[in-house]
Amino acid sequence: MGEIIKVGMADLKIAKAPDILTTLGLGSCIGLTLYDPAAKIGGLVHYMLPDSTKLKNNTNIAKFGDTGIQELLNQMIKEGAVQRRLVAKIAGGACMFEVSGMTAVGNVGARNTEQAKTMLAEFKIPLIAEDTGLNYGRTVELDCSTGAFTIKAVGKEIKVI
Amino acid sequence: MGDVSLDNVNEMYLDVLKEIGNIGAGNATTAIATMINAKINMKVPKVQLMDASDLGGAICPEDETIVGIFLEVTNDISGSMMFLMRMDSAHYLINKLMGMERDIDSPFEEMELSALKEIGNIIAGSYLSALSNLTRLTLLPSVPYISVDMAAAILSVPAIMFGQYGDNALLIETEFGDDVMINGYFILMPDPESYAKLLASLGIVI
Repeated sequence: MGEIIKVGMADLKIAKAPDILTTLGLGSCIGLTLYDPAAKIGGLVHYMLPDSTKLKNNTNIAKFGDTGIQELLNQMIKEGAVQRRLVAKIAGGACMFEVSGMTAVGNVGARNTEQAKTMLAEFKIPLIAEDTGLNYGRTVELDCSTGAFTIKAVGKEIKVI
Repeated sequence: MGDVSLDNVNEMYLDVLKEIGNIGAGNATTAIATMINAKINMKVPKVQLMDASDLGGAICPEDETIVGIFLEVTNDISGSMMFLMRMDSAHYLINKLMGMERDIDSPFEEMELSALKEIGNIIAGSYLSALSNLTRLTLLPSVPYISVDMAAAILSVPAIMFGQYGDNALLIETEFGDDVMINGYFILMPDPESYAKLLASLGIVI
Protein backbone atom coordinates (compact mmCIF):
# COMPACT_ATOMS: atom_id res chain seq x y z
CA MET A 1 0.00 0.00 0.00
CA GLY A 2 1.43 3.33 -1.02
CA GLU A 3 1.30 6.66 0.62
CA ILE A 4 -1.65 9.05 0.14
CA ILE A 5 -0.30 12.42 -0.92
CA LYS A 6 -2.57 15.41 -0.52
CA VAL A 7 -2.66 18.20 -3.05
CA GLY A 8 -4.15 21.48 -1.78
CA MET A 9 -5.97 24.23 -3.61
CA ALA A 10 -3.63 26.05 -6.01
CA ASP A 11 -1.13 23.24 -5.59
CA LEU A 12 0.45 20.47 -7.67
CA LYS A 13 2.35 17.28 -6.91
CA ILE A 14 3.97 14.33 -8.65
CA ALA A 15 4.06 10.75 -7.34
CA LYS A 16 5.08 7.25 -8.41
CA ALA A 17 3.46 3.83 -7.89
CA PRO A 18 2.30 2.66 -5.39
CA ASP A 19 1.44 6.14 -4.08
CA ILE A 20 -1.93 7.84 -4.43
CA LEU A 21 -2.46 11.51 -5.15
CA THR A 22 -5.63 13.10 -3.77
CA THR A 23 -7.33 16.48 -3.58
CA LEU A 24 -10.37 17.13 -1.41
CA GLY A 25 -13.54 18.97 -2.36
CA LEU A 26 -13.05 20.29 -5.87
CA GLY A 27 -15.75 22.87 -6.53
CA SER A 28 -15.36 25.17 -9.51
CA CYS A 29 -11.65 24.38 -9.49
CA ILE A 30 -10.21 21.68 -11.75
CA GLY A 31 -8.28 18.61 -10.67
CA LEU A 32 -6.23 17.59 -13.70
CA THR A 33 -4.11 14.45 -13.70
CA LEU A 34 -1.37 13.36 -16.06
CA TYR A 35 -0.30 9.72 -16.03
CA ASP A 36 2.47 7.78 -17.71
CA PRO A 37 1.27 4.13 -17.64
CA ALA A 38 4.70 2.71 -18.52
CA ALA A 39 6.74 4.64 -15.95
CA LYS A 40 3.80 4.60 -13.50
CA ILE A 41 4.30 8.27 -12.72
CA GLY A 42 1.29 10.44 -11.97
CA GLY A 43 0.77 14.14 -11.40
CA LEU A 44 -2.15 16.17 -10.10
CA VAL A 45 -2.74 19.91 -10.28
CA HIS A 46 -5.64 21.64 -8.49
CA TYR A 47 -6.03 25.03 -10.15
CA MET A 48 -8.54 27.78 -9.37
CA LEU A 49 -8.63 30.05 -12.40
CA PRO A 50 -8.11 29.42 -16.11
CA ASP A 51 -5.74 32.16 -17.16
CA SER A 52 -2.77 33.78 -15.42
CA THR A 53 -2.37 36.46 -18.07
CA LYS A 54 -5.63 38.11 -16.92
CA LEU A 55 -4.02 39.02 -13.59
CA LYS A 56 -1.24 41.26 -12.43
CA ASN A 57 -0.59 39.18 -9.36
CA ASN A 58 0.13 35.74 -10.80
CA THR A 59 3.15 34.42 -8.97
CA ASN A 60 1.50 31.19 -7.78
CA ILE A 61 1.75 29.07 -10.91
CA ALA A 62 -0.43 26.23 -9.58
CA LYS A 63 -3.32 28.67 -9.12
CA PHE A 64 -3.91 28.97 -12.88
CA GLY A 65 -4.72 26.46 -15.59
CA ASP A 66 -2.25 27.75 -18.16
CA THR A 67 0.82 27.91 -15.90
CA GLY A 68 -0.26 25.03 -13.64
CA ILE A 69 -0.67 22.44 -16.39
CA GLN A 70 2.59 23.56 -18.03
CA GLU A 71 4.46 23.20 -14.73
CA LEU A 72 2.88 19.80 -14.04
CA LEU A 73 4.04 18.59 -17.44
CA ASN A 74 7.56 19.94 -16.87
CA GLN A 75 7.84 18.21 -13.50
CA MET A 76 6.49 14.92 -14.89
CA ILE A 77 9.12 14.92 -17.61
CA LYS A 78 11.83 15.78 -15.10
CA GLU A 79 10.75 12.76 -13.04
CA GLY A 80 11.14 10.48 -16.04
CA ALA A 81 7.70 10.52 -17.68
CA VAL A 82 7.56 10.61 -21.49
CA GLN A 83 5.24 13.21 -22.96
CA ARG A 84 3.88 11.07 -25.84
CA ARG A 85 2.89 8.33 -23.38
CA LEU A 86 0.94 10.67 -21.13
CA VAL A 87 -2.81 10.52 -20.74
CA ALA A 88 -4.97 13.05 -18.90
CA LYS A 89 -8.13 12.94 -16.81
CA ILE A 90 -10.01 15.87 -15.30
CA ALA A 91 -12.70 16.46 -12.67
CA GLY A 92 -14.34 19.49 -11.08
CA GLY A 93 -15.40 22.66 -12.86
CA ALA A 94 -18.75 22.64 -11.08
CA CYS A 95 -21.07 25.58 -10.65
CA MET A 96 -21.71 25.38 -6.88
CA PHE A 97 -24.44 28.01 -6.82
CA GLU A 98 -26.91 28.26 -9.65
CA VAL A 99 -26.49 31.99 -10.02
CA SER A 100 -28.37 33.47 -12.94
CA GLY A 101 -26.51 35.16 -15.75
CA MET A 102 -22.95 34.93 -16.91
CA THR A 103 -21.26 36.22 -13.80
CA ALA A 104 -17.79 35.14 -12.74
CA VAL A 105 -19.33 32.76 -10.19
CA GLY A 106 -21.64 31.29 -12.81
CA ASN A 107 -19.13 30.35 -15.44
CA VAL A 108 -15.66 30.03 -13.93
CA GLY A 109 -16.10 26.25 -13.66
CA ALA A 110 -16.88 25.97 -17.35
CA ARG A 111 -13.96 28.24 -18.26
CA ASN A 112 -11.64 26.14 -16.10
CA THR A 113 -12.78 22.98 -17.91
CA GLU A 114 -12.33 24.66 -21.29
CA GLN A 115 -8.79 25.72 -20.37
CA ALA A 116 -7.81 22.13 -19.51
CA LYS A 117 -8.97 20.96 -22.94
CA THR A 118 -7.17 23.78 -24.76
CA MET A 119 -3.90 23.14 -22.95
CA LEU A 120 -4.05 19.37 -23.42
CA ALA A 121 -4.73 19.77 -27.14
CA GLU A 122 -1.74 22.08 -27.39
CA PHE A 123 0.51 19.49 -25.69
CA LYS A 124 -1.08 16.67 -27.74
CA ILE A 125 -1.97 14.79 -24.57
CA PRO A 126 -5.23 12.81 -24.94
CA LEU A 127 -7.99 13.54 -22.43
CA ILE A 128 -9.28 10.03 -21.82
CA ALA A 129 -11.84 10.67 -19.08
CA GLU A 130 -13.63 13.56 -17.43
CA ASP A 131 -16.25 14.18 -14.76
CA THR A 132 -16.95 17.90 -14.86
CA GLY A 133 -19.67 20.51 -14.54
CA LEU A 134 -23.00 20.17 -12.69
CA ASN A 135 -23.44 21.61 -9.23
CA TYR A 136 -21.63 19.46 -6.70
CA GLY A 137 -18.20 19.08 -5.14
CA ARG A 138 -15.82 16.20 -5.86
CA THR A 139 -12.96 14.55 -3.99
CA VAL A 140 -10.57 12.77 -6.35
CA GLU A 141 -7.78 10.19 -6.10
CA LEU A 142 -5.24 9.15 -8.71
CA ASP A 143 -3.77 5.71 -8.13
CA CYS A 144 -0.26 5.87 -9.58
CA SER A 145 -0.10 2.05 -9.89
CA THR A 146 -3.00 1.85 -12.32
CA GLY A 147 -3.92 5.38 -13.41
CA ALA A 148 -7.43 4.82 -12.01
CA PHE A 149 -9.12 8.11 -11.13
CA THR A 150 -11.64 7.77 -8.30
CA ILE A 151 -14.30 10.43 -7.72
CA LYS A 152 -16.33 10.80 -4.55
CA ALA A 153 -19.23 13.20 -4.06
CA VAL A 154 -21.70 13.78 -1.23
CA GLY A 155 -24.70 11.47 -1.53
CA LYS A 156 -23.46 9.86 -4.76
CA GLU A 157 -21.94 6.52 -5.73
CA ILE A 158 -18.16 6.40 -5.95
CA LYS A 159 -17.08 6.62 -9.57
CA VAL A 160 -13.86 5.30 -11.11
CA ILE A 161 -12.99 6.76 -14.49
CA MET B 1 -9.01 56.32 -7.06
CA GLY B 2 -7.21 53.06 -7.73
CA ASP B 3 -8.44 49.52 -7.30
CA VAL B 4 -7.94 48.11 -3.86
CA SER B 5 -7.45 44.47 -3.11
CA LEU B 6 -6.74 42.69 0.13
CA ASP B 7 -3.12 42.42 -0.94
CA ASN B 8 -2.36 46.11 -0.88
CA VAL B 9 -4.54 47.39 1.95
CA ASN B 10 -2.56 48.80 4.81
CA GLU B 11 -3.16 48.22 8.51
CA MET B 12 -5.69 51.04 8.83
CA TYR B 13 -7.83 49.97 5.88
CA LEU B 14 -7.74 46.44 7.15
CA ASP B 15 -8.97 47.62 10.55
CA VAL B 16 -11.83 49.42 8.84
CA LEU B 17 -12.72 46.34 6.82
CA LYS B 18 -12.61 44.26 9.99
CA GLU B 19 -14.83 46.73 11.75
CA ILE B 20 -17.33 46.66 8.90
CA GLY B 21 -17.29 42.90 9.22
CA ASN B 22 -17.84 43.07 12.95
CA ILE B 23 -20.77 45.45 12.77
CA GLY B 24 -22.43 43.48 10.01
CA ALA B 25 -21.97 40.18 11.80
CA GLY B 26 -23.27 41.66 15.06
CA ASN B 27 -26.39 42.97 13.40
CA ALA B 28 -27.00 39.67 11.64
CA THR B 29 -26.60 37.71 14.85
CA THR B 30 -29.17 39.91 16.57
CA ALA B 31 -31.51 39.19 13.67
CA ILE B 32 -31.10 35.44 14.19
CA ALA B 33 -31.76 35.81 17.90
CA THR B 34 -35.01 37.64 17.16
CA MET B 35 -35.95 35.03 14.59
CA ILE B 36 -35.60 32.05 16.90
CA ASN B 37 -36.92 34.07 19.79
CA ALA B 38 -34.01 33.30 22.04
CA LYS B 39 -31.94 35.36 24.34
CA ILE B 40 -28.61 35.05 22.71
CA ASN B 41 -25.08 35.53 23.85
CA MET B 42 -22.58 36.55 21.29
CA LYS B 43 -18.81 36.58 21.18
CA VAL B 44 -16.81 39.29 19.46
CA PRO B 45 -16.47 38.15 15.85
CA LYS B 46 -13.06 36.93 14.81
CA VAL B 47 -11.75 38.38 11.58
CA GLN B 48 -9.04 36.48 9.77
CA LEU B 49 -7.03 37.62 6.79
CA MET B 50 -5.73 34.54 5.03
CA ASP B 51 -4.40 33.17 1.79
CA ALA B 52 -7.40 32.54 -0.49
CA SER B 53 -6.16 29.04 -1.29
CA ASP B 54 -6.33 28.15 2.44
CA LEU B 55 -10.07 28.97 2.66
CA GLY B 56 -11.07 25.38 1.83
CA GLY B 57 -9.92 24.05 5.18
CA ALA B 58 -10.48 27.21 7.25
CA ILE B 59 -13.81 26.20 8.79
CA CYS B 60 -13.54 22.44 9.10
CA PRO B 61 -11.87 19.52 7.28
CA GLU B 62 -12.09 20.08 3.52
CA ASP B 63 -14.36 17.12 2.83
CA GLU B 64 -16.82 17.72 5.67
CA THR B 65 -20.32 18.65 4.49
CA ILE B 66 -21.37 22.21 5.32
CA VAL B 67 -24.12 24.66 4.36
CA GLY B 68 -23.25 27.64 2.19
CA ILE B 69 -25.61 30.47 1.33
CA PHE B 70 -24.54 32.81 -1.44
CA LEU B 71 -25.98 36.19 -2.44
CA GLU B 72 -25.01 38.78 -4.96
CA VAL B 73 -24.89 42.40 -3.88
CA THR B 74 -25.74 45.22 -6.26
CA ASN B 75 -26.45 48.92 -6.50
CA ASP B 76 -23.88 51.38 -5.06
CA ILE B 77 -21.47 48.52 -4.52
CA SER B 78 -21.21 45.32 -6.53
CA GLY B 79 -19.95 42.04 -5.24
CA SER B 80 -21.23 39.07 -3.34
CA MET B 81 -21.40 37.64 0.15
CA MET B 82 -21.64 34.25 1.77
CA PHE B 83 -22.83 32.86 5.06
CA LEU B 84 -21.58 29.42 6.07
CA MET B 85 -22.44 27.00 8.84
CA ARG B 86 -21.40 23.53 9.84
CA MET B 87 -24.14 20.92 9.74
CA ASP B 88 -24.73 20.71 13.49
CA SER B 89 -25.25 24.48 13.69
CA ALA B 90 -27.55 24.49 10.65
CA HIS B 91 -29.68 21.67 12.06
CA TYR B 92 -29.85 23.32 15.45
CA LEU B 93 -30.97 26.60 13.94
CA ILE B 94 -33.63 24.97 11.76
CA ASN B 95 -34.94 22.89 14.63
CA LYS B 96 -35.23 26.03 16.75
CA LEU B 97 -36.89 27.96 13.98
CA MET B 98 -39.37 25.26 13.03
CA GLY B 99 -39.89 23.80 16.48
CA MET B 100 -38.66 20.37 15.46
CA GLU B 101 -36.32 17.81 16.98
CA ARG B 102 -34.74 16.26 13.93
CA ASP B 103 -31.53 14.34 14.06
CA ILE B 104 -28.49 16.33 13.00
CA ASP B 105 -27.35 13.53 10.72
CA SER B 106 -30.52 13.41 8.64
CA PRO B 107 -30.34 14.99 5.18
CA PHE B 108 -32.21 18.25 4.68
CA GLU B 109 -35.73 18.09 3.27
CA GLU B 110 -37.18 20.65 0.89
CA MET B 111 -38.85 22.53 3.73
CA GLU B 112 -35.62 22.74 5.71
CA LEU B 113 -33.72 23.99 2.68
CA SER B 114 -36.32 26.77 2.29
CA ALA B 115 -35.91 27.60 5.96
CA LEU B 116 -32.16 27.78 5.47
CA LYS B 117 -32.58 30.12 2.50
CA GLU B 118 -34.81 32.30 4.63
CA ILE B 119 -32.21 32.30 7.39
CA GLY B 120 -29.67 33.31 4.76
CA ASN B 121 -31.96 36.10 3.57
CA ILE B 122 -32.42 37.54 7.02
CA ILE B 123 -28.77 37.26 7.93
CA ALA B 124 -27.55 38.80 4.70
CA GLY B 125 -30.22 41.49 4.78
CA SER B 126 -29.32 42.58 8.30
CA TYR B 127 -25.61 42.41 7.53
CA LEU B 128 -26.06 44.64 4.50
CA SER B 129 -28.36 47.09 6.24
CA ALA B 130 -25.72 47.59 8.93
CA LEU B 131 -23.23 48.30 6.16
CA SER B 132 -25.70 50.62 4.46
CA ASN B 133 -26.29 52.63 7.61
CA LEU B 134 -22.61 53.00 8.18
CA THR B 135 -21.63 53.96 4.66
CA ARG B 136 -24.87 55.59 3.41
CA LEU B 137 -24.55 53.42 0.35
CA THR B 138 -27.50 51.47 -1.01
CA LEU B 139 -26.78 47.74 -1.02
CA LEU B 140 -29.28 45.29 -2.43
CA PRO B 141 -29.00 41.52 -1.95
CA SER B 142 -30.12 39.07 -4.63
CA VAL B 143 -32.20 36.02 -3.81
CA PRO B 144 -30.17 33.53 -1.75
CA TYR B 145 -28.58 30.49 -3.37
CA ILE B 146 -27.85 27.47 -1.23
CA SER B 147 -25.45 24.57 -1.42
CA VAL B 148 -25.00 21.68 1.00
CA ASP B 149 -21.72 20.08 0.03
CA MET B 150 -18.05 19.56 0.88
CA ALA B 151 -16.49 22.58 2.61
CA ALA B 152 -13.65 22.95 0.13
CA ALA B 153 -16.04 22.80 -2.83
CA ILE B 154 -18.30 25.51 -1.41
CA LEU B 155 -15.35 27.62 -0.30
CA SER B 156 -13.78 27.33 -3.76
CA VAL B 157 -16.36 29.94 -4.79
CA PRO B 158 -15.07 32.75 -2.54
CA ALA B 159 -11.50 31.51 -3.00
CA ILE B 160 -11.89 32.03 -6.75
CA MET B 161 -13.62 35.39 -6.28
CA PHE B 162 -10.76 36.66 -4.14
CA GLY B 163 -8.24 34.85 -6.28
CA GLN B 164 -9.26 36.89 -9.32
CA TYR B 165 -7.88 40.02 -7.72
CA GLY B 166 -5.15 38.86 -5.40
CA ASP B 167 -4.04 36.19 -2.96
CA ASN B 168 -5.80 37.20 0.25
CA ALA B 169 -9.29 36.59 1.61
CA LEU B 170 -11.14 37.88 4.66
CA LEU B 171 -13.14 35.42 6.76
CA ILE B 172 -15.32 36.54 9.67
CA GLU B 173 -16.31 34.01 12.30
CA THR B 174 -19.17 34.70 14.65
CA GLU B 175 -20.19 32.59 17.61
CA PHE B 176 -23.58 32.95 19.28
CA GLY B 177 -26.21 30.96 21.08
CA ASP B 178 -28.21 30.34 24.23
CA ASP B 179 -27.44 26.96 25.75
CA VAL B 180 -25.81 25.68 22.59
CA MET B 181 -23.29 27.86 20.79
CA ILE B 182 -23.56 28.15 17.01
CA ASN B 183 -20.71 29.07 14.70
CA GLY B 184 -21.38 31.01 11.56
CA TYR B 185 -18.96 32.44 9.02
CA PHE B 186 -19.30 35.49 6.82
CA ILE B 187 -17.38 36.28 3.71
CA LEU B 188 -17.88 39.63 2.05
CA MET B 189 -16.55 39.94 -1.49
CA PRO B 190 -16.75 43.44 -2.93
CA ASP B 191 -15.49 43.86 -6.48
CA PRO B 192 -12.13 45.72 -6.56
CA GLU B 193 -13.63 49.09 -7.49
CA SER B 194 -16.13 48.67 -4.66
CA TYR B 195 -13.45 48.44 -1.97
CA ALA B 196 -12.38 51.97 -2.81
CA LYS B 197 -16.02 53.13 -2.72
CA LEU B 198 -16.61 51.43 0.62
CA LEU B 199 -13.56 53.06 2.14
CA ALA B 200 -14.27 56.45 0.55
CA SER B 201 -17.78 56.43 1.98
CA LEU B 202 -16.19 56.14 5.41
CA GLY B 203 -14.02 59.15 4.74
CA ILE B 204 -10.87 57.23 3.87
CA VAL B 205 -9.27 58.48 0.70
CA ILE B 206 -6.89 56.23 -1.14
